[in-house]
Amino acid sequence: MTVDLSQFIPSFLEESFEGLELMESGLLNLQAGDSELIHSIFRAAHSIKGGAGTFGFENVTDFTHLVETLLDEMRDGRREITNDDTEILLESVDCIRLLIEAARDGDEYDSDKIEQTSDRLTIALEKKPTTDNNDSFKEEKCTKEKHYIINFVPELSLAKTGNDPIFLLSALAELGTLTVKADSSTLPALNDIDPLELYLSWQLRLISDASIEDIEEIFEWVEDECELDITIDEANQPEKNPEQTTLNKNHESEEPLKQNNDEETQVITPEPKIEVVKENSPITAKPKAKSDVGSIRVGVDKVDSLINLVGELVITQSMLSELGSDFDLSKLDRLTNGLEQLLQNTKELQESVMRIRMLPISFAFNRFPRLVHDLAIKTGKEMELIIKGEQTELDKTVMEQIGDPLVHLIRNAVDHGIEPSEIRLANGKSKKGIISLDAYHQGGNIVIEISDDGSGINRDNVFNKAVEKGLIDANATLSDSQVYDLLFEPGFSTAQEVTDISGRGVGMDVVKRNIQALGGRIQVDSTPGQGSNFKVNLPLTLAILDGQLVKVGTETYIIPLISIVESLQIEKEFLNRVSGDMDLYRLREDNVPILPVFQLFNIDAQCNELDNALLVVVEADGQKVGLMVDDLLAQQQVVIKSLKDNYQQVLGISGATILGDGSVAMILDIPGMIQMALEKAQRSQHQKYPNQIEKVGGYN
Amino acid sequence: MTKVLVVDDSNSIRDMVSFTLKSAGYQTTEAKDGQEGLVKAKGGNFDLVISDVNMPNMDGITLCTELRKLANFKFTPILMLTTESSTDMKMKGKAAGATGWLVKPFNPEKLLATIKRVVR
Amino acid sequence: MNIQAMANEIPVEGEHSIEGIDFITSADQYLTFTLAHEQYAVDILCVEEIRSWERPTIIPNSPSYIQGVINMRGVIVPIIDLRLKFSIGEASYTETTVVIVLTYQAESSSRTMGFVVDAVSDVLNVESGDIKPAPHFGGCVPPQYIEGLINADSKVVTLLNVANLQLLEKDDNHASI
Repeated sequence: MTVDLSQFIPSFLEESFEGLELMESGLLNLQAGDSELIHSIFRAAHSIKGGAGTFGFENVTDFTHLVETLLDEMRDGRREITNDDTEILLESVDCIRLLIEAARDGDEYDSDKIEQTSDRLTIALEKKPTTDNNDSFKEEKCTKEKHYIINFVPELSLAKTGNDPIFLLSALAELGTLTVKADSSTLPALNDIDPLELYLSWQLRLISDASIEDIEEIFEWVEDECELDITIDEANQPEKNPEQTTLNKNHESEEPLKQNNDEETQVITPEPKIEVVKENSPITAKPKAKSDVGSIRVGVDKVDSLINLVGELVITQSMLSELGSDFDLSKLDRLTNGLEQLLQNTKELQESVMRIRMLPISFAFNRFPRLVHDLAIKTGKEMELIIKGEQTELDKTVMEQIGDPLVHLIRNAVDHGIEPSEIRLANGKSKKGIISLDAYHQGGNIVIEISDDGSGINRDNVFNKAVEKGLIDANATLSDSQVYDLLFEPGFSTAQEVTDISGRGVGMDVVKRNIQALGGRIQVDSTPGQGSNFKVNLPLTLAILDGQLVKVGTETYIIPLISIVESLQIEKEFLNRVSGDMDLYRLREDNVPILPVFQLFNIDAQCNELDNALLVVVEADGQKVGLMVDDLLAQQQVVIKSLKDNYQQVLGISGATILGDGSVAMILDIPGMIQMALEKAQRSQHQKYPNQIEKVGGYN
Repeated sequence: MTKVLVVDDSNSIRDMVSFTLKSAGYQTTEAKDGQEGLVKAKGGNFDLVISDVNMPNMDGITLCTELRKLANFKFTPILMLTTESSTDMKMKGKAAGATGWLVKPFNPEKLLATIKRVVR
Repeated sequence: MNIQAMANEIPVEGEHSIEGIDFITSADQYLTFTLAHEQYAVDILCVEEIRSWERPTIIPNSPSYIQGVINMRGVIVPIIDLRLKFSIGEASYTETTVVIVLTYQAESSSRTMGFVVDAVSDVLNVESGDIKPAPHFGGCVPPQYIEGLINADSKVVTLLNVANLQLLEKDDNHASI
């Protein structure tokens, strides 16, 4: 019988990664004498080693064994906790992660790094006493049948540890043909018998091809509580089994009480044999490579609340269907109530389902203490990371995709923000720089702020650099925030020297693009000499969006609320036409280009004059535009559906949704629409629709 | 049916042990640490306890000591599931009343073969 | 061929259910429909369902033969008017206008689209040997959409290739901007 354990590999991997995170954060906070923490780090390593061995990830087992040994010494107090050791252990955590990832994906790994770290571990271990290493499995194969004579004299107290000779004997019987002779000579008189003690001893004869080690292994658990003597009876030939009696369990298992004066001889024949695979065979089934499916561990409370809600839904449903089967107007009140209840149930159910995808942002934040720790060593700057709001929940998908942009922002803060200690001291600041990471909910969004108390952004440097790169005109007048936004332009980097931390000016533009791809945005604020603040605004989930429904002609569109600045009725006096073909709307100090949606999408609208039309001012890529629509409808949450599944990507549309009446509505993609307007403007000479006044201009 | 209590803080190990035992026709109950194990042990009879040593809240050795104090568990086989096969650990286990130990890495066939030494 | 499985594939919706189908086990079945008095057919195993016409939601700047998208039990399904795509007949939408929803199962993905036709006619049982290649001249229907011709009684039925029918031309998106 073989048991296929490969189905447990994903859960082992998940658990291991969690374990590694625990080890890492534990090591970063490790102080001498914190025995609970060192125990939990040890346990994590221990579990990884155990699991890896089971699945045949031998390199993980071997490497983790070293780590575990070192931790064991720390745990027992045989080893002091030093910074050097902690560093090696942190590095080892990386190595284990590397090895496990390689095992998961079936990839190659950087064996040099593993070797170096394992050498360092070995050297560290040699400085201190090492624990005995006896993990190897001794497996000997003996094919020849041998005759063993086994004398087994258990101590009186053997049964007290839960051992029962009968099972030991049956286990022996599985190795071959066993002849059992019980010696009851030491059995006391009935009155003197202590029912908890074991008075019998046995002389056994075993004909088997098993090795002596196999036999010893069976007695492994009782070796200290018995006299055991195993000899090979070389002279004896296999003899015919004498009278065969099968072992009677009831009879034998009560041997302490057995009144048995005669020596009896029994032969236990092997039971149907279980096919035992001798080698510690590695599970050959390879884990599925890089599956994107992923899994979520959901707290039982969340599942319970779902079940409760479904229960309520069922009650409401049955109430309504009962009402419907025999309805008259006198029951209108009950119907209204019932429908309200249904609305409430549905809403709660939706929220609960969404909550299943929600994880505390600590999953993304967890790696940052280590990152800052490493960066501090690399840059020689002193700094501290303060994390707030780590319990703030965020959709799993968003979480997975926000990690890298955040890493970059933190690297950026360390590299460009925090000053070297001596400069900080000279400027009257504390020696240690402070980077803080904060997450909180605001409206339907999550806001993540990364701030530092460093030198701030030098506006003039950024400006000059942008001019130098040809990104802006030297005479341009820009607001501070417009200048800071230049940091996100492709190819922009203000670092005097390129460092290996923040890279070569690739990054900030990618950061911005990634955040936008998630439907979010990023803002920068900075005070020279005091520090900078990067504020990332993200939707809580990618599956649901808060939208403003608008009407254009017969069509309903959805504008993501996150990109709406404000909505207003156009007033004639703020309208300006520039360059002959571009309409601008004066919104306080901004001039906002007007994009009529009907024109962009080439559909009929009720309202194709600018006067008194409705304008929804939206912002994307730092560009504000006014979308001209016929009517504003409700605001509501919509479930995002892809158009790509059965169709293809449509410019200016990010997806579709199904409205309450079952009809489909398109969700507007603001950056895409701005791009469309630009392309259209470039082709404006070839305007196909002369009956419509051309209003979209090249405003950039 | 033979009832086994499986105590381990690692989900995957616990699942695997349980799965292996179930596939061989045993009935299993799981607990994620010694404390939960003890509570579950008090709530029912078991023919075998398999427990990890290193666990939060209550470790396996303590669990073993506590179980032996219960009338129901005086003779119940208790096996420690551990990578630590050092004599030190064996002595500690024995002293606490453990029946035996199972050495990780966990191998399902070996597990099934080995527990035959203590249960049917 | 499993008759039971095939029977399950036979679309049934409202009044468009098809009656009097003769099952012949050795042949493949094709659903036939009309576009301006001409007979066309598709593999019945691709037919998801047959729906009556409902006004879809417009996809901005799509080619004129793409009528838009509808909600089919929570799935967004694009609707293509075959009469416009093939430039046959007149695209009018009446109570009898029907949409044949076809799903083509490729190796790793599947795609579902609805096709507007004048009317659904029949189910044909055809041995694979009876499908003749189409002559390569003239006609409104581009050759890549034609799988072959089937002789049914005195009429000729054009068998369409569902996979190619679902392909969108590269420039579909900008065709009418």
